[in-house]
Amino acid sequence: MIRKALHAAVSLVLSGALALPLTAEEHISEILINEEIPITVRTEAPPYVEGLDEIMSGWLFRSEETQALQLDDFDNPSFVFVDQGMDLFNKVEGTAGKSCAACHQDLGEFAGLRASLPRVEDGKIVTMEDLINECRVERMGAEPWKWTSTQMTSVNALISMQSRGMPVNVKVDGEARPFWEKGKELYYTRFGQLDLACANCHENNYGNMIRADRLSQGQINGFPTYRLKNAKLNAVQARFKGCMKNIRAEPFKVGSEEFKALELYLASRGNGLSVEAPSVRN
Amino acid sequence: MRNTAITLAAFLLAAGAAHAQTMPSDVVFEDGAVAQSLTGVPGDPANGRAVFKNRKKGNCLACHVNSDLADEQFHGEIGPPLDGVAERYTEAELRGIIVNAKMVFEDTIMPAFYRVDGLNRVLKKFQGKTILTAQEVEDVVAYLMTLK
Repeated sequence: MIRKALHAAVSLVLSGALALPLTAEEHISEILINEEIPITVRTEAPPYVEGLDEIMSGWLFRSEETQALQLDDFDNPSFVFVDQGMDLFNKVEGTAGKSCAACHQDLGEFAGLRASLPRVEDGKIVTMEDLINECRVERMGAEPWKWTSTQMTSVNALISMQSRGMPVNVKVDGEARPFWEKGKELYYTRFGQLDLACANCHENNYGNMIRADRLSQGQINGFPTYRLKNAKLNAVQARFKGCMKNIRAEPFKVGSEEFKALELYLASRGNGLSVEAPSVRN
Repeated sequence: MRNTAITLAAFLLAAGAAHAQTMPSDVVFEDGAVAQSLTGVPGDPANGRAVFKNRKKGNCLACHVNSDLADEQFHGEIGPPLDGVAERYTEAELRGIIVNAKMVFEDTIMPAFYRVDGLNRVLKKFQGKTILTAQEVEDVVAYLMTLK
């Protein structure tokens, strides 16, 4: 409760604040979380990202106050949800009488998983949500979770953070290629009444203010992300949906082939940045 | 509700004055400029100023700095500042840019404010609708012409 009130106070202060994220202009390329986990927030763009020389974490574009919240897990509001994720991870559910932990005793075994997702297996894109639901349905005999539910994002965050600090490294070739191409095409396609492509804002105008908000590169290495705006952990595809609504476009469905392809492509644009989940943004 | 009433009134006024409103697909461009008024009714700069700053209408401050609205916080940096814009463009050019800026600046990020064709997956409640009405375009043009 106190924590909630504190968050409300923080978001109020921030919405009225004029503090600008000067770090976007300075050349910070690494930050430390909990004074021990190095996070690459700026590095050379992968060769297939033709529109960018440098890739930059969304962290660089946020105000100093928001940035600070991510530097220590005690200040990071995501951890309320990570704790819930831990409870869910240990909870026995379904006909098999098992919890996640029944098979995965050591969370550390997930190190590297987030960094490699989405990946393509047997002609299908596999996301973290797919893997979690596959376990729930096929091995636990439990109901699948909705992709953007709090349960899903909380457990997603718990598993993702086992890769925190590791470089994002999703595959873009081989079996992944056609899906990557589809994601790329979506990235450069204009949608909605405002007729905007992802690239218009996040490739051509990152760093610029759009009214009171500073446009980032739209990197997804920080998802699931706690947003001060809605005071919860957000799934990456929920953000895609929000973006499409902002441009007055009919969003694709969460979990659709389109959003999965876009997620794969966007993840690949961040190859080389560190997994930051669970990050904090405005 | 009130807005609808005003729009309706403006439309009736236009119809009453025997000026047919130009439909989005019938707008005639010449080198990116639109010489003819979309309604035949002179633009109202005061309403144009309101439409300009309204986030659900023009929302022009999202991308442009405009010192005339210095009391409004947070002006965007995406497009050029609009101070003195009336000295850089003619009325016809400004009308053309607002109706469909892509007729002048091919790859621009600027939305077309009076266009319904050639758009992709428009959200249901906006389908077949322009961002601004014809008269609102005229009002914004009239307002921009005061920025000298």
